[in-house]
Amino acid sequence: MANAKDRLTLPPVNAQKTNLTCHFCIVGCGYHTYKWPEGTEGGRAPNQNALGLDFRKQLPPLTITLTPAMTNVITARDGTRYNIMIVPDKGCSVNSGLSSTRGGKLASYMYTPDGIGRDRLHSPMIYAADQWMDTDWDSALAVYVGVMKRVLDKDGPDGVVFSCFDHGGAGGGFENTWGTGKLMFSAIQTQMVRIHNRPAYNSECHATREMGVGELNNSYEDAELADVIVAIGTNAYETQTNYFLNHWVLNLQGGTIDKRKQRFSGESIEKAKLIVVDPRRTPTIAIAEQVAGKPNVIHLDIQPGTDIALFNGLFTYVVEKGWIDQDFIAKYTKGFSDVVKANRLSLDETARITGVSADTLAKAAEWAYKPKASGQMPRTMHAYEKGIIWGNDNYLIQSALVDLVLATHNVGRRGTGVVRMGGHQEGYTRPPYPGKGKIYIDQELIKGKGRMMTWWGCNNFQTSNNAQALREAVFRRSQMVKEAMAKTRGATPDQMADVIYEATRKGGLFVTSINLYPTKLAEAAHIMLPATHPGEMNLTSMNGERRMRLSERFMDPPGSAIPDCLIAARIANTLKAMYEKEGNATMAKRYDGFAWKSEEDAFNDGFRQVGQPGVGPIDSQGGPTGNLATYERLHAMGNNGVQLPIKEYTNGKLIGTEMLYTDGKFDTKDGKAEFKPSPWPGLPKTVADQKAKHKFWINNGRTNEVWQTAYHDQYNEFVKGRYPMAYIELNPADAQGLGIAAGDIVEVFNDFGSTFAMAYPVASAKPGQTFMVYGYVNGIQGDVTTDWTDRNIIPYYKGTWASIRRVGSMEDYKRRVSFKDRHFA
Amino acid sequence: MSEGISRRTFLKISGAGAAAGASGFHLPSAEAATPSVDTSRTVLPYPSRAVGVAARMPVNQVVAFGYPDAASPCAAIKMGTAVPGGVGPDKDIVAFSTLCTHMGCPVAYDAGTKSFKCPCHFSMFDAEKSGQMICGQATENLPRVQLSYDAKTGSIMAVGIEGLIYGRQANIL
Repeated sequence: MANAKDRLTLPPVNAQKTNLTCHFCIVGCGYHTYKWPEGTEGGRAPNQNALGLDFRKQLPPLTITLTPAMTNVITARDGTRYNIMIVPDKGCSVNSGLSSTRGGKLASYMYTPDGIGRDRLHSPMIYAADQWMDTDWDSALAVYVGVMKRVLDKDGPDGVVFSCFDHGGAGGGFENTWGTGKLMFSAIQTQMVRIHNRPAYNSECHATREMGVGELNNSYEDAELADVIVAIGTNAYETQTNYFLNHWVLNLQGGTIDKRKQRFSGESIEKAKLIVVDPRRTPTIAIAEQVAGKPNVIHLDIQPGTDIALFNGLFTYVVEKGWIDQDFIAKYTKGFSDVVKANRLSLDETARITGVSADTLAKAAEWAYKPKASGQMPRTMHAYEKGIIWGNDNYLIQSALVDLVLATHNVGRRGTGVVRMGGHQEGYTRPPYPGKGKIYIDQELIKGKGRMMTWWGCNNFQTSNNAQALREAVFRRSQMVKEAMAKTRGATPDQMADVIYEATRKGGLFVTSINLYPTKLAEAAHIMLPATHPGEMNLTSMNGERRMRLSERFMDPPGSAIPDCLIAARIANTLKAMYEKEGNATMAKRYDGFAWKSEEDAFNDGFRQVGQPGVGPIDSQGGPTGNLATYERLHAMGNNGVQLPIKEYTNGKLIGTEMLYTDGKFDTKDGKAEFKPSPWPGLPKTVADQKAKHKFWINNGRTNEVWQTAYHDQYNEFVKGRYPMAYIELNPADAQGLGIAAGDIVEVFNDFGSTFAMAYPVASAKPGQTFMVYGYVNGIQGDVTTDWTDRNIIPYYKGTWASIRRVGSMEDYKRRVSFKDRHFA
Repeated sequence: MSEGISRRTFLKISGAGAAAGASGFHLPSAEAATPSVDTSRTVLPYPSRAVGVAARMPVNQVVAFGYPDAASPCAAIKMGTAVPGGVGPDKDIVAFSTLCTHMGCPVAYDAGTKSFKCPCHFSMFDAEKSGQMICGQATENLPRVQLSYDAKTGSIMAVGIEGLIYGRQANIL
């Protein structure tokens, strides 16, 4: 039947209304879910629909965002069908009714048999002989846990390897990080764990935390209060959209001047200025120039990987100029004078290394750090993300940046902050990691270590560095297990576990993927277990200003899918039963404490137990006052939730913390923030070697329209039609030199691997520099990223060089895909 | 069943006429099958409205019109080269709603890039690629006005819209 998508079903006034926090980025915009029985609908008059809007006439602009993508029809497990509509919440302080292109599709992504989610995993599956077969939880876990027990008994926990999410939002959340963490760390007690986006178990913020400055230390409101925002390696319009549109833009337009005058009386206040540090001209810069005016934006387009030199140069310059807060440094910090020596770099030398002129550097320093006309230090907020996190030496860049921030006292004052912009939401609550050091898990797998590997809510086939080498090793080792399984006839789960274990003794790897979809991991896996996402479970997470919300369940998951925390519980309980059966009480006891019936049980067992009497150590972003949060109280706080840490519960409200370190007490033993030396090291040799051999810098990152690995979006024509393949932006003259036109397919290759991409020449790309979509499903950029990491095993994802050749022309892409400049002008 | 097929032809094609009595299967009478409400239409009752005459349309300039009613601003453009979905003698005439599908701000046509741009949240749509969003915060491409071309008179008519116009429950108020 023709479907012009030219009408909607409206929610009736009595439609069920619940809160949902968008899980497609760290910002966590508030949404409302309306749900009502199929066959009933609201009317056009404002008193006839739950939105209270008058659809008898054209609505004026900015009234609401309401598109067909915000609606869907779902089927409950009992067969009842419901309409749903998921629209942004005007009362949420995060987004004030705005929706991004990702959150605006929340309803579309909800499971329905003929919708985008049609390929969701419905039941556990096992790779039997040569195809995927449905099975039930008991039989799947009898094999999975059966192998795990054999490994634990014969080889110890180091044979059990995981790659697991550590975040909030999609698939994560305090419930699920606790469930998985308790299973891996205190029950199985394995140290062979990596995190979803990096090949070891480590923080992405080692340096700043060691310096006593947690990475999420201000509120989104501080972007409205700042005199200057310094944005480093972050492309906020595309990746933290409504934080940018609802808070940054307002200040850049001068829309918060009155508010700032009120807050900061006696200070000279002007429209905010923006300084962007990024080798690439991003869409964010183009928009910022529109809203702030070009003279109010400086783009420090440094040479790739030279951030450390930049911050050391600025640090040296402001110290020389005296644009530092001597009192603050003396009272609340330590190590300043050592760093003045260690990080010393003249402005001219900085200009030489970064490729940005000394005049421009001086102008940026003046904007951001020179005392204001009224005499006070400017309030300068520093916001950073993957350009630093995945830059040339995560540890040293963060040190250099926070040194500059501490010297100029741009933390702990309203309108300042040195903060991550973030990717996913946060939601960490786990027992301490049992390992002593950090283990480069991907390299261990490549070397043949580990007997079983579980990818949990992540897909490193698309998102790891050196990804092709990882896949090669995993495919080879997994195939050995597949062949052994295929030869088996009529085996009980116990016998199959024996067969699999034997294959792993010969170098095989038993692979399990726990996820929403089969994903690319299905090509290597032997077992898949179906998980849930927000909307199908109650889930708590916090956003980039530590704002914790309860994202409420409103529908059944497909088939027999269950939340990750309950999957963890089932695994633990199965192990416990196996040990009890053989009379091993000691081992059985390790798997105690998983008698959870719901995700709320997991929440109460982890997040709310931190610091309670008799409870062992738990690392939690909720801290010891997490106990004050209950589902009921969080429900009452709605889409505005509470900013962690919670201070108190009073008059029916949870009271949180807007900004950290306002009292000058930092997170070090003595409370003093610590300067950290970070001399400029140059490019790592591994990377420099690729640069010497290959012409093009393969910068990479996210694009606005795609969430993560495109696990939903690969089934969504709006996105897949736009980007049928990962695009690579390149300079038009470079393209011409290689005979490449827009829409051509190119091979990108170096010593580490080879991948394909869709050529997208853009005028703003510098010669020799490219930008490729990271983590995409068709064209995996990580295949050409090197295996180099910093001291904490954080890869330099942004830094690899490769050659490019034209593969061919794709007429279909040229016909239907736009290759126009994505920069607003 | 097409409206052009008579009941007699239908019986012939289906072969049901001869078998009906013997099998005990009774076709309902034509009178009884006539529904009181016409359910045959699966599209909204869009009006036909003249947009312009192809030969007289300037190349790469907006011809503004309201469709399906005056409260819904639209733009027709003769692109100058054939484009997907283009009508007219050169297959190059297309038309779109000019309310951004995100939050309804009026999009402006940029003749330089042949795209529509929204000043509110910076969404951009490609006029040469069926209104595809180039970058932005909308979840839908720009609604396309379906056009028909009369080769005899050269007139371009708006006859429908694919995609929901911002701020409406249905495209027809």
